[in-house]
Amino acid sequence: MADITMEAPAAIFRPGTSDKEIEAAALKSIKRRKQVVLFWQIAILIGSLGLWELSSQMNWIDPFFYASPSAVADRLYDWAVNGTTEGSLWYNLGITMEEALIGFFSGSIAGVVVGIGLGRNKLLSDIFSVYIKAINSIPRVVLAPIFIMIMGLGLASKVALAFIMVFFVVFANAFQGVREADRDMIANARILGASDWQVTRTVIIPSAMSWIFASLHVSFGFAIIGAIVGEFVGARFGIGQLISIAKGTFDAAGMFAAIVLVMIVTLAAEYVMTLIENRLAKWRPQQSLDTH
Amino acid sequence: MASEPSRSPAIELINVTRRFVSPTGKTLMALRDFNMTVERGEFVAVVGPTGCGKSTTLNLVTGLAKPSAGEVRLMGGPVNGIDRRVGFAFQKDALFPWKNVIDNVMAGPLFRGKSKAEAERMAKDWLARVGLSKFLHHYPHQLSGGMRKRVALAQTFINEPEILLMDEPFSALDVQTRTVMHEELLKLWAERQASVVFVTHDLEEAVALADKVYVLTAGPATVKSVYNIDLPRPRVVSEIRYEQNFIDYCKTIWEDLRQEVETSYRRASEAA
Repeated sequence: MADITMEAPAAIFRPGTSDKEIEAAALKSIKRRKQVVLFWQIAILIGSLGLWELSSQMNWIDPFFYASPSAVADRLYDWAVNGTTEGSLWYNLGITMEEALIGFFSGSIAGVVVGIGLGRNKLLSDIFSVYIKAINSIPRVVLAPIFIMIMGLGLASKVALAFIMVFFVVFANAFQGVREADRDMIANARILGASDWQVTRTVIIPSAMSWIFASLHVSFGFAIIGAIVGEFVGARFGIGQLISIAKGTFDAAGMFAAIVLVMIVTLAAEYVMTLIENRLAKWRPQQSLDTH
Repeated sequence: MASEPSRSPAIELINVTRRFVSPTGKTLMALRDFNMTVERGEFVAVVGPTGCGKSTTLNLVTGLAKPSAGEVRLMGGPVNGIDRRVGFAFQKDALFPWKNVIDNVMAGPLFRGKSKAEAERMAKDWLARVGLSKFLHHYPHQLSGGMRKRVALAQTFINEPEILLMDEPFSALDVQTRTVMHEELLKLWAERQASVVFVTHDLEEAVALADKVYVLTAGPATVKSVYNIDLPRPRVVSEIRYEQNFIDYCKTIWEDLRQEVETSYRRASEAA
């Protein structure tokens, strides 16, 4: 039939280019790259801390204002072992975390519910959009004094501030996520027999999920900000209160120590959130390796 | 209710007009005095120039859209909302990317209140029919375009629709995969004997699959002419295109369609 039929010759590779060798080389280069990245990350950390310590020791910068890594570490150790002027460090940290976590969870749940509710209902969203814009344009921290005046120095005022900071970020993303849901996918679900609630549950919420998660990363930081700013303005305990006292006594090491503490906590929370997100988003395509 | 619902056609569009009001307040007419009849078990293809309103006809039948004037009847009765007897195949991927293959196919029966075990049994059965038994727990992004289309077909067919609406379902596939999918569709259709409306801009596809081809005018769409395709069944889509009859049909209908395509292009370039 055919004019010419080609016999397939066995593939001949130049030395060092067989599949196995290329795979081994790729794995090796990935491993090396990871090591290089890690090396530089550690080098920069040690370098900058070392420079800070050195400048402080040599009095290039005033240790009274700038403290030094060793002084900060000493202070953290002292706080951890002997407690702070305001009681145990863990108690203070616990107070701040409690305020931030309650604010974070209540704010993000409310944000998701309201965002999806308004996203699904055009009339309500048209009516409320102007108010949401107006409230959103208030810089949230200016609400701290009002909340403290109304709700007192305790937990409630800080939770309220954390809540309001988290709510708008999550709300905006959930709302946008609902709006971006694929119209064909919604039509498909409806024709397959889904009720309005089933459409919301099986199409709208999953497709808004990646938007919502993007906002949760940012908003945990916001919840911490809310709690700490609230404590600055007026509180009896908490990390913000520790910073405030350190400021009052010109205790630079104390301020830096509190900052380091908050940083560690936020990083840990971020890590946990990424783990949860990866579990939930296992349906998403992953990037394949490129063999260079 | 019609006096003899068992004899009435599967789909009737009687003098249907569909207008849209754009957000700026201007009306746009997508369909004008549109008449179409699809008998039970009949395979109808609809061809027409791009953007003439082909998809609008399908939305009217699903109940996702209502006619501005005229009447749409399914099995002799009026259309009230989304009809359970209707299945729809989309041009784009409308699979749920966060569900794996079997969960996607199970969606229909679960929405309609079947038990999980029953839905799973049906889904496995349909996935076996489209040759995807080994891919139950893959996610859509892990499959090729042709495999995703098969999942979509299983997802639609599992509800056992009496009326199947298809909106350029294979236009995104490469030519070889498309031919395979045509055969698969005809096989499934022959088993089920559903009434099909297949919208496409590919004339050869229309002639190869359908009993009847509707040619629409450039928008606002109305029926220009109807051709009965008298080719024997079962058809082998990959070979039918070399038969003289097939070529003659394509030539005749293309002559008719070309004028509308030219009108449509001229209008688009004048508007630009």
